[in-house]
Amino acid sequence: MRTHNSLISKLVQSDRGGSVLLALLGIAMVLVPLLNLAVPESSALHLSTYTMTLLGKYLAFALLALALDLVWGYCGILSLGHGAFFALGGYAMGMYLMRQIGERGVYGNAELPDFMVFLNWQELPWYWFGFDQFWFAMLMVVVVPGLLAFAFGWLAFRSRVTGVYLSIMTQALTFALMLAFFRNEMGFGGNNGLTDFKDILGFDLQADTTRAGLFVASALALALGYLLSRFVVNSKFGRVIVALRDAESRARFIGYKVEMYKVGLFVFSAMLAGIAGALYVPQVGIINPGEFSPLNSIELVIWVAVGGRGTLYGAVLGALLVNYAKTYFTGAFPEIWLFALGALFVLVTILLPRGVIGVLRRKQAETAT
Amino acid sequence: MSLLIRYLIASILLWSCVAHAEPVAPLDFAAAVQALNADNFTAKEQAIAALAALGDERTRVVLIAFQEGNLQYRKADGKVVLVREVAEGYQLTDPIGETDLGVVGKRDVKKITINNALRRVLREAIARLSLTSKRADVRLTAVGELTGNLDVAAVTLLERARATEQDAEIIAAIDTALALNAVNSATPSVRLEAVAALQGSLLPAVRNRLNSVAEGDADAAVKQAAARAVKSIETKLERYALAETVFFGLSLGSVLLLAAIGLAITFGVMGVINMAHGELIMLGAYTTYLVQQAMPQYLEYSMLVAVPAAFLVAGAFGIAIERGVIRFLYGRPLETLLATFGISLVLQQLVRTTISAQNVTVSNPAWMSGSWQINAALSLTYNRLYIVIFTLLVFAALLLLLKKSALGLHVRAVAQNRSMARAMGIRTEWVDALTFGLGSGIAGVAGVALSQLTNVGPNMGQAYIIDSFMVVVFGGVGNLWGALVGAFSLGVVNKFLEPYSGAVLAKILVLVFIILFIQKRPRGLFPQKGRAAES
Repeated sequence: MRTHNSLISKLVQSDRGGSVLLALLGIAMVLVPLLNLAVPESSALHLSTYTMTLLGKYLAFALLALALDLVWGYCGILSLGHGAFFALGGYAMGMYLMRQIGERGVYGNAELPDFMVFLNWQELPWYWFGFDQFWFAMLMVVVVPGLLAFAFGWLAFRSRVTGVYLSIMTQALTFALMLAFFRNEMGFGGNNGLTDFKDILGFDLQADTTRAGLFVASALALALGYLLSRFVVNSKFGRVIVALRDAESRARFIGYKVEMYKVGLFVFSAMLAGIAGALYVPQVGIINPGEFSPLNSIELVIWVAVGGRGTLYGAVLGALLVNYAKTYFTGAFPEIWLFALGALFVLVTILLPRGVIGVLRRKQAETAT
Repeated sequence: MSLLIRYLIASILLWSCVAHAEPVAPLDFAAAVQALNADNFTAKEQAIAALAALGDERTRVVLIAFQEGNLQYRKADGKVVLVREVAEGYQLTDPIGETDLGVVGKRDVKKITINNALRRVLREAIARLSLTSKRADVRLTAVGELTGNLDVAAVTLLERARATEQDAEIIAAIDTALALNAVNSATPSVRLEAVAALQGSLLPAVRNRLNSVAEGDADAAVKQAAARAVKSIETKLERYALAETVFFGLSLGSVLLLAAIGLAITFGVMGVINMAHGELIMLGAYTTYLVQQAMPQYLEYSMLVAVPAAFLVAGAFGIAIERGVIRFLYGRPLETLLATFGISLVLQQLVRTTISAQNVTVSNPAWMSGSWQINAALSLTYNRLYIVIFTLLVFAALLLLLKKSALGLHVRAVAQNRSMARAMGIRTEWVDALTFGLGSGIAGVAGVALSQLTNVGPNMGQAYIIDSFMVVVFGGVGNLWGALVGAFSLGVVNKFLEPYSGAVLAKILVLVFIILFIQKRPRGLFPQKGRAAES
């Protein structure tokens, strides 16, 4: 236990932003479920289940933003397809939840999900095998995005596709996946995706306690994801990553296998994104091919840009800020949300290249001198 | 009760006019037409025969109207008239003088009824009249119709027409029809000859007939000949199907090229990633819509106005984007990508709030609708044909502009070496703005063309942005010819895949292919060579 503690403290030693983030997550992990479950609904302090689920969703997004910040902020790979890894993780979780419905579906078929019965399929496709087991589904949540990232990254980085080309390729990747998942023949529910989930590990998904559990799981995953990312970034591996971001050719000539480092980081990031997707799906109750849309992936980039890339906690902050703004605007002024988002893209890139964190740091530096 | 009364009145009227038209042997056209309104079908049949025998030029129109139920009579005086449905009722025309008789209510006239036997008589009479019409296209259509149901009467008609026909195309059509008939002959030698005559025809009826002959004819030689003929027809059809697929591919390719060509300039020449490119296309399409709204009575000419208007509108937006945003971000391609993506969202929402969130309808001018029927197996739609031509024109104009004009020289100079160009006295800022405006303007022109093919809506631009980037990346950045070859080959490959895999899978396969292709040749089909390639 002591070594454990010291490892964490070592990791966040010179990382004030990270310490603040972890502390806040710790508080939220206790306070949010408490305000929802223990405080009676009549009380002003009561937190509705809707709000708690919304916060849980934001935390899943924050984990996704963290994953992107790893590759974009530290390695200079602007992936416009990270939504694909997120969605794949989400689909893996969705498949597990789908199998859990069992006989409670509309058609009452114990083996086949409703949409397969609807399509007149006689038996479960081979790639659905094993998804009735939680451990297997959770394995797939990281393995499938990881494998895709490995295949894509290995091909792309080995032939030194970089910069804008890589961005466009990743966008094409998620676009192709979106088209594929829209097809009924793929066996993932086509247009409608997977939905109507009933329970997870035997717990009713609609129950407040399950929602609270999912919130805690999201916060925990984000905290662990943050620590793991911080560990990776601080390690020798992370140093090399930053080096090849700043001077790829030089790093290559010094003798580092640049593509191996890039592929490794890309796969790790994709796995984090997959986990974020798996946390997102049970909280919103649906996963459909829309999650693959290039728009989602690029919106995710702006979360990281708003927060400030290359800081990890900046990505978390950005994801929370932009998503809160989105919830607020789409509720109060639906027609100006896209104007606001568009303006955000333009203004942040021109005026705040280092994001909110960059502004805070500059203020701090000014007061210090 | 009132129904009964109305029926009674109608029958009295009917009776009165029938009585009026009773004289059996009509002497002139007017009386013959009036005689069509006889009280029984036998009399009507005789009247048709008598009318057709007169050989009057106006007869065909009357008979066709009769067949389609548009020959009616006025209840007031029993006069037989041609009717055409209009909003207020029926527009009447006098079949004799072809004069306008004004618009009446639907209850003021009554249809002259026909039955199936009469329909057959009419069809034959019309065909006979059509076969002797002065207009070649009418004659050709008539031959086609008769080929569709060859009975003894039709064959006699065709044989008679064959003797006097001068037009080679119509003679060939008649020969095909007669040969189709001769296949039924009892003599094997006649059948053999007929099969040989049918060899070159692409009509579906011919193929079906030959197929059944090849399977079930009593004579082995005829059977064999028919099988051979079917085979040669099928080879021919395959060739035309291939040509059609290539045309569809070229048409898709030209759409891709139009969408990508502006990008080839902004991305290829300037190195700016413009994610709002698709929205500039959309602005062009909406300009077409607004032009058509502004001049609804000159729809035919709206394209002529829309093309320059869209170029100016999209170009102006492009220059505004360059001056307002992109110039702060030169040398930071990833940031440019994000900022222009923001602009694309704003433009979409702008259209949604100012015009409509729904798709708008842009109409095709008449000269762009319809298709060019090359033969029975191959027809090309005019709108696609024109867009292929238009795309090539735009491409040629752009190439000429870049290679031959002073602006083009400056653009290339700035693209190759910015600081040297500035040292030579070129105002690089101006050139940047104009180049970006040019690329954007061409996106607008692409929007005009696309408005004729697809739905125009706020989201339409997004459908093209990834495709356009694929074309540019595949063809090789900074190379207009690369974009041309890339667009057309992607279009054709896509259309060839479609029959096997379906449209969506074909698109996915093409995307995967490009992703893999880029691994092999990261700089596209036609990479830039020399110093420009370094940056």
